[in-house]
Amino acid sequence: MKLVFEKSSAGRRGLRIPKSDVPTSIHLKKEYLRAQPAALPELSELDVVRHFTELSRRNYGVDTNFYPLGSCTMKYNPKVCERIASYPGFAHLHPLLPQLRGGGMLTQGALEVLYETDLMLREICGMAAFTMQPMAGAHGELTGIMMMAAYHRDRGNHKTTVLVPDSAHGTNPASAAIAGYTVKTVPSDEHGCMSLSALKAMLNEETAGIMLTCPNTLGLFNPHVKEICELVHSVDGLAYYDGANLNAIVGKVRPGDLGFDIVHVNLHKTFATPHGGGGPGAGPVGVVEKLVDYLPVSVVVKREDGTYALEYNRPKSIGYIAPFYGNFGVILRAYVYLLMLGREGLERVAENAVLNANYIKEKLKPYYDLPHPGICKHECVLSAARQVKESGVHALDIAKALIDAGFHPPTMYFPTIVKESLMIEPTECESKETLDAFIEAMIAIAQKARTEPETLKAAPMTTPVGRLDETKAARELNIACL
Amino acid sequence: MIDPEARYLRTHEWAKDEGRGVFAVGLSSYALEQLGDIVYLELPEVGDTVEQGGTFGVVESVKAASDLYAPLGGEVVEVNRAAAENPDMLKEDPYEEGWLIKIKASNPSEFEDLMDAREYKQFLETEAE
Repeated sequence: MKLVFEKSSAGRRGLRIPKSDVPTSIHLKKEYLRAQPAALPELSELDVVRHFTELSRRNYGVDTNFYPLGSCTMKYNPKVCERIASYPGFAHLHPLLPQLRGGGMLTQGALEVLYETDLMLREICGMAAFTMQPMAGAHGELTGIMMMAAYHRDRGNHKTTVLVPDSAHGTNPASAAIAGYTVKTVPSDEHGCMSLSALKAMLNEETAGIMLTCPNTLGLFNPHVKEICELVHSVDGLAYYDGANLNAIVGKVRPGDLGFDIVHVNLHKTFATPHGGGGPGAGPVGVVEKLVDYLPVSVVVKREDGTYALEYNRPKSIGYIAPFYGNFGVILRAYVYLLMLGREGLERVAENAVLNANYIKEKLKPYYDLPHPGICKHECVLSAARQVKESGVHALDIAKALIDAGFHPPTMYFPTIVKESLMIEPTECESKETLDAFIEAMIAIAQKARTEPETLKAAPMTTPVGRLDETKAARELNIACL
Repeated sequence: MIDPEARYLRTHEWAKDEGRGVFAVGLSSYALEQLGDIVYLELPEVGDTVEQGGTFGVVESVKAASDLYAPLGGEVVEVNRAAAENPDMLKEDPYEEGWLIKIKASNPSEFEDLMDAREYKQFLETEAE
């Protein structure tokens, strides 16, 4: 397919602007003006429409195909959520309206959505209150760690360190470091979970807290999670639950009941709002009672007369962490999803997500290495170490070959504690037929790795562009060619 | 390929005694193989101090970003800017041209804590399991 610039034909126009009949003058200094006109493509309106329609047909998404990208929970986003989010009463609401005189009464519906989503997340996570403001998971982490820091400051604690497991998402250490903490990495034990003995050795009076994803990025639920939280509490540290993998336990286990003090939830993962390509997401953060005062402002409250209002008078709050009230459209979609599923529906989400991951794992076990056997939760991590050894085929080649088979590749080379890892998260949405087709493709690739490895090295062959030079792309960051 | 002169950390950094308390530090060819193509190297400045086992930089490959750990503590006295600008040269000559930094060790006996070439070879064999 040609670039839109390559389709340009000199002098062709989509529309002609009439000559201006009012005087024009330009006051820009010469150094701000272009020496030559910008080299824009010259095309008719039809050329442009065809170009972008063709591009759009090459989109790949959950609406077109299976998307087992591990740790990302690429589940189907029901269309009714989109429909309701596009209602003009929601979609055209101005974010400043609640702050205008009388404006609060014109936004009661939106405030109620925020208030009730908070209530439902409290129930799901076992927390005392949520802020809906963080725009994504990592933003939620930073918000949570800032509240952790505020708690320690308030108590006069001298805390310097946040502990994270070696299987953590990279955003965990980044959030703790930005909040001013030194990050120490706790190694995993032979079962792939945070080592309890290593934790005990590293824990001391300077420990501000721990950040844990449970189940972790290997899809394993740490059986010592309650003890870990108790240990952290014994030095007046706080336990942070990274909700990246909440889909595995939603409706079944509440992080608050396990002893966690702070929880972030990725609405765009667990609660089926669109994501990928950079957002928008939503990462609400919940806290236990003793941390409620530190929540960001504003907070949506319900007054005695049943109306909703925004409260700003919170002297201990960590302050503003986002403009307005978070990504409202995303929160609204999650609200609809939660109401549709209800308590029983949410339990089945976790059950089917876990069942699907285990089905794939058991079927592929004979063909790929499985460094941590046994029951997994919502995702399983295979290794291509065997293929590398036998025929020099890497996880990357397997991922590219899957594209030719019509599937989005799993996450690869993460978590880094597994060599040549392929991290597969099917979610609860997929039918057995889809899972079987994916399994068959994976088995065919494993066989090809033995018989004709060179074809895998050349994959993908069926895409508009073939194997990309990832090294060049990462080294030469100026892609705009300006 | 393992350089018999060098000593090694479990995280695959090597150190070589250049005399007068100065040690060259780099990444083993095993590590470079595992990383795949390196796209970015973040190295310290001359004059920075490092601790044994502490991080002194970051190596980013197409697969992942990893910390670089110092085999010895001391002051950074030289940085291989040519390597930072052209990371491909690490693979071509990991133990000579592909050094990363030179450290003036505050305690040169820390060198003895590191694995020698034979121990490192054994370590790699267990790693490959």
